[in-house]
Amino acid sequence: MSETTNMMLVGVGGQGTILASRVAAQLLLDAGFDVKMSEVHGMAQRGGSVTTHVRYGERVAAPTISPGQADFILAFECMEAARYAHFLKDGGAIVANTRRIPSLPILIGREAYPDDIPERMSARGIDVRWLDASGIATGLGNTRVENIVMLGAFSSVLPFQEDAWRQALGAVIPAKHLELNLAAFAAGRELTQR
Amino acid sequence: MKTLMSGNEAIARGAWEAGVRFASAYPGTPSTEILENMARYPKVQSRWSVNEKTALESALGASLGGVRTLCAMKHVGLNVAADPLFSSSYTGVSAGLVIVTADDPGCHSSQNEQDNRYYARAAKLPLLEPSDSQEALDFTRRAFALSEEYDTPVLLRVTTRIAHGKSPVAVGIRAEATAPNYERTLAKRVLVPAVARPRHTAVEERLVRLQTYAESSPMNRIEWGSRRLGVITSGVAYQYAREVLGDAASYLKLGMAFPFPEALARNFIAQVEQVIVIEELDPFLEEAVRSLGTVVKRPIEGKSLIPRLGELDSRTVALALAPVLAAASDSTGAATGALALGHDYAAVPDPDDQVTGRPPMFCAGCPHRGVFCELARLPVMVSGDIGCYTLGALPPFSAMDTCIDMGASIAAGLGFQTALDILGPDKPTRTIAVIGDSTFFHSGMTGLLDAVYNDIGLITIILDNRITAMTGHQENPGSGFTLSGSPAREAQLADVARALGIEMVRTVDPFNLSEVREAIEAAMSNPGPSVIIARGPCALLKRLQVKRPAYAVDQETCRKCRACLRAACPALYVEDGNVQIDADVCLGCGVCSQVCQFDSIRPIRAAEDGEM
Repeated sequence: MSETTNMMLVGVGGQGTILASRVAAQLLLDAGFDVKMSEVHGMAQRGGSVTTHVRYGERVAAPTISPGQADFILAFECMEAARYAHFLKDGGAIVANTRRIPSLPILIGREAYPDDIPERMSARGIDVRWLDASGIATGLGNTRVENIVMLGAFSSVLPFQEDAWRQALGAVIPAKHLELNLAAFAAGRELTQR
Repeated sequence: MKTLMSGNEAIARGAWEAGVRFASAYPGTPSTEILENMARYPKVQSRWSVNEKTALESALGASLGGVRTLCAMKHVGLNVAADPLFSSSYTGVSAGLVIVTADDPGCHSSQNEQDNRYYARAAKLPLLEPSDSQEALDFTRRAFALSEEYDTPVLLRVTTRIAHGKSPVAVGIRAEATAPNYERTLAKRVLVPAVARPRHTAVEERLVRLQTYAESSPMNRIEWGSRRLGVITSGVAYQYAREVLGDAASYLKLGMAFPFPEALARNFIAQVEQVIVIEELDPFLEEAVRSLGTVVKRPIEGKSLIPRLGELDSRTVALALAPVLAAASDSTGAATGALALGHDYAAVPDPDDQVTGRPPMFCAGCPHRGVFCELARLPVMVSGDIGCYTLGALPPFSAMDTCIDMGASIAAGLGFQTALDILGPDKPTRTIAVIGDSTFFHSGMTGLLDAVYNDIGLITIILDNRITAMTGHQENPGSGFTLSGSPAREAQLADVARALGIEMVRTVDPFNLSEVREAIEAAMSNPGPSVIIARGPCALLKRLQVKRPAYAVDQETCRKCRACLRAACPALYVEDGNVQIDADVCLGCGVCSQVCQFDSIRPIRAAEDGEM
């Protein structure tokens, strides 16, 4: 069995992590890889922590990624980046959104949102590229496409042409939202290609 | 050309290709998407049932009536449907009947992690366990033929990672099934004792024939690698074993795990040096392997190493196998598994312990919030149930005492109220059952009749959010639509409660806290059983969404008491010591403004009007 590449997408329920994962999985399938994608539904829309696992290679066995095994983590929210950082393998990289979404204990005033997450992560030697995907999405007129901005930013770390990504977006995203999502993707990709 | 499908999508596809004509289910994670996908195919009557028992009974009826039928439920749903499950084993089928149980190791969205493979053994039914989406499609399709050939329902068991995991699938085409002629078969289907006794004989004979089939079924296969280790496995556990060990082991991969193919297993075991049974949850396969007895002269490991709690993953399996692999390290095999590739599963940095938890919470605009704001103030026992509203057990509400199973809020609540009546403690003073609309229809109605019949002073609040919300918005008898989206007669909760004999029935607006409070007070002063229907649509239900202006905090009059945070709304946050409301998140439900004692939270438009 050859090496399998492991990607995790982590965020908060409602941020569109699953949709972004589906686009990535579609791209990988179209590129001829064996792909496994694992997601858990249920309480996903209720503001909880959401993760999806995408694995690809010549032949993929396990559907999930164990701690210490992820090549890439795409984090849609600041605290979620820290929560799953221990899934990263040695030499792995995180692309993370700077957006901060307070969780229940923070909202009700029992705990504070940690202020020093980027510093703490860099002190632990974790390779994180921080982006303001939400700001870019808002600039495009819809905060909800922050997931695709993130995917665009992440896309340049994988060896696939932009066209292949656009095709996958077209296959997964409904036609009426496609134009906005293509723009979001392009804006994100531009960030990391420079 | 392969497409990416979840196991649930693949099961629906496989059933459709097998010519299924009827499909029934009650929604439950991780099984829900099976019927949602089934409903997208033509030529199939796909229906939500009121609960899993009626789903399986109607499925059995349809099978006896001559159409191939699929029935799906989550693992605990099969407990509800256990009665017809055992009977269906005796009646047999006419057209193929496949029953899907979707288990949830790790309790991602369940009250327990029971291992439903034991139902196959207990009800004496064949058990199929796919390991990926392609197998989910292939096995489902094959299951219908198996069902008809052996005159038995077939239990297809998936787990969360198979049901929700996506992998490439090559699809086939639909083959229409021929409907058998109907004949009244009293000696088979009227399960009175005189019929049941000989049917038991038939069931035992069927098991023997099924075991013979399992010995050579293409669903059971041996994959040879190094013969130093022989792994016996099934379902998703096979994938973890493969991931970790690769060709450093040989595999007996069981797609049909019951009846257990004993001869095949003996043959496999005889050709390996050591046996490891790798399976999630209970030692179902291991027990079968060990029952082969002294014929097997090989060391066997199983639950001695592999955890029986929670989900497995590659790392868990790798670490569990470490002692065995250390002993086997001198072996020279074509070792190409992850371990052989040098993955160090042990080396993992510690999780960041300063990250705050992120439990699920009521959405902005959720109709449950206001009810739990009120319940949190009362010295009552709250008998909870299964649904989004179980979140009322979490802080800051902490307003729930029990959550047991679907519908238990009412029956367990009347038992608790009986204990209160006997003991008369100062606190709690009263029992209040809270139950969702769909859960009430599922199995709350019978408990309510029990309360009326025995005259127990239980207060029941039906949280009617107009949809089955937690599993992702499935229609139910009260929502006015069927699974296929066509209009349905809308069951009226108040009429049902009155018909069951409840005299005090009130419907309240859950976004109006004083209305909720008054209704509860009235119910508390009434000694008999009563029902309050808190009727307000799920905030995520687009078709009933009401556009209301967002609210804002008037910082001039705000006393910074933060009482509004007790509403635990995702739209409210604290910035520089001030509570703010995110206007993009706020749906204008107004619950926080009613919690505020200083009238400092007002709709944005009204606030602007005031300034003018």
